[in-house]
Amino acid sequence: MAKKYHVTTTVNGDEYEYLCEPQQTLLDILRDELTLTGTKEGCATGDCGACTVMVDGVMVCSCLVLAVETDGCKVETIEGMAQGDKLHPLQQKFLELNGTQCGICTPGILIAARELLKRNPDPTESEIRYWLAGNLCRCTGYDKIIRSVQAAAKEMRGG
Amino acid sequence: MDVRYEAPETLQAAVALLAGASGPARILAGGTDVIVQMETDLIEPALLVDIKKIPETRQITPEAGGFRIGAAVPGMEIMGHAGLCKAWPGVLDGVKLIGSIQVRGRASIGGNLCNASPAADSVPPLIAAGAIARIVGSKGTREVPVEQIPAGPGKTTLAKDEIIVSFLLPPRPPHSGDAYQRFTPRTEMDIAVVGVGVNLTLDNGGTCTAARVALGAVAPTVLLSKECADALIGTKVDDAALERLAAAASAACKPIDDKRGTKEYRIKVAGVLARRTALQALDVARKN
Repeated sequence: MAKKYHVTTTVNGDEYEYLCEPQQTLLDILRDELTLTGTKEGCATGDCGACTVMVDGVMVCSCLVLAVETDGCKVETIEGMAQGDKLHPLQQKFLELNGTQCGICTPGILIAARELLKRNPDPTESEIRYWLAGNLCRCTGYDKIIRSVQAAAKEMRGG
Repeated sequence: MDVRYEAPETLQAAVALLAGASGPARILAGGTDVIVQMETDLIEPALLVDIKKIPETRQITPEAGGFRIGAAVPGMEIMGHAGLCKAWPGVLDGVKLIGSIQVRGRASIGGNLCNASPAADSVPPLIAAGAIARIVGSKGTREVPVEQIPAGPGKTTLAKDEIIVSFLLPPRPPHSGDAYQRFTPRTEMDIAVVGVGVNLTLDNGGTCTAARVALGAVAPTVLLSKECADALIGTKVDDAALERLAAAASAACKPIDDKRGTKEYRIKVAGVLARRTALQALDVARKN
């Protein structure tokens, strides 16, 4: 039996304790151990961005972080984005404007887009496209994704 | 296979762990290469030594008129350091081209160098900059120019118990500029077909007094080309000098054929890109 490591991680404000093996990624633990399956596994090699989460305020691919590294860290996932039944404006606009097709890339894109709008409330189309370059959409619905982010940004700026 | 994970808080403890490892050991910084290699069974380490809790690996500090960058500082932190970015825009451009924003949230220049890919984007500008790596091991500390670290694809000249702690970027004389350009089919999230780093200094009359040119993805290791530098030094970086630079860059290449480009293509592109990168560095130098 491989040695298990005792890890405490705060996810979306809730503290979780779990045992993990060193090679298990944060993505593995989120999905399989904590059953927070909103975060998706695409490539598992850091190329597609489907597993994007925030760790201590830094946007990362959770497939490229070992769970054992997140002991004492604060993790934010898609499950923490809506406030109760109230969707985040990005989620609302993705719904209204069909920014979601098959949906696998959506949680990662929403996390990434929220971070962009935190840093830059009024990004140009080009800035949005470059910021989301690490988030691949297999359905190639990029235009609707960009338009959804623009619409959410506009609403969040107050109109 | 069982992996043991350790996150020591001092360099001495990290070196001792590496020195005492009975099986294969890997240093974990950002993990954007190591974790992928573990996931795909390319490596099966018995020991992972996470160096991110060691303060020296995580800081950017002014030193001797230049900057010392911790080997495990993530790319996004480097990009957020205004003073460093102003002094070394070429190094910044190399860092900016590593992976995505998510990847750069973790990926470090120490890891980019030690992964020892000939196509690593931060390595040509670091070599062109004259960056010196501080390496700590059981036998003490040594300061080594970055170009002496890669030994071949996936191989470095580091001993088993050695860790790159930080890099020193030297002070900038007036009228200095650096640049890094790479050629890829896609602007983001791609791997260099060819990458070129150029660092040069002009005198008050605009004559190039010092130059360093590093070529990526055209040989088993990133190359520091004296012939390329000699083509620029003593000139006004005019058309004739750029012509000689392009020829020297193409002549220095020892590339492979692969899906990203043929040998002939890489040789041709290296010359074109060396010229473009030198012009960009020249533009920066003239403004400083």
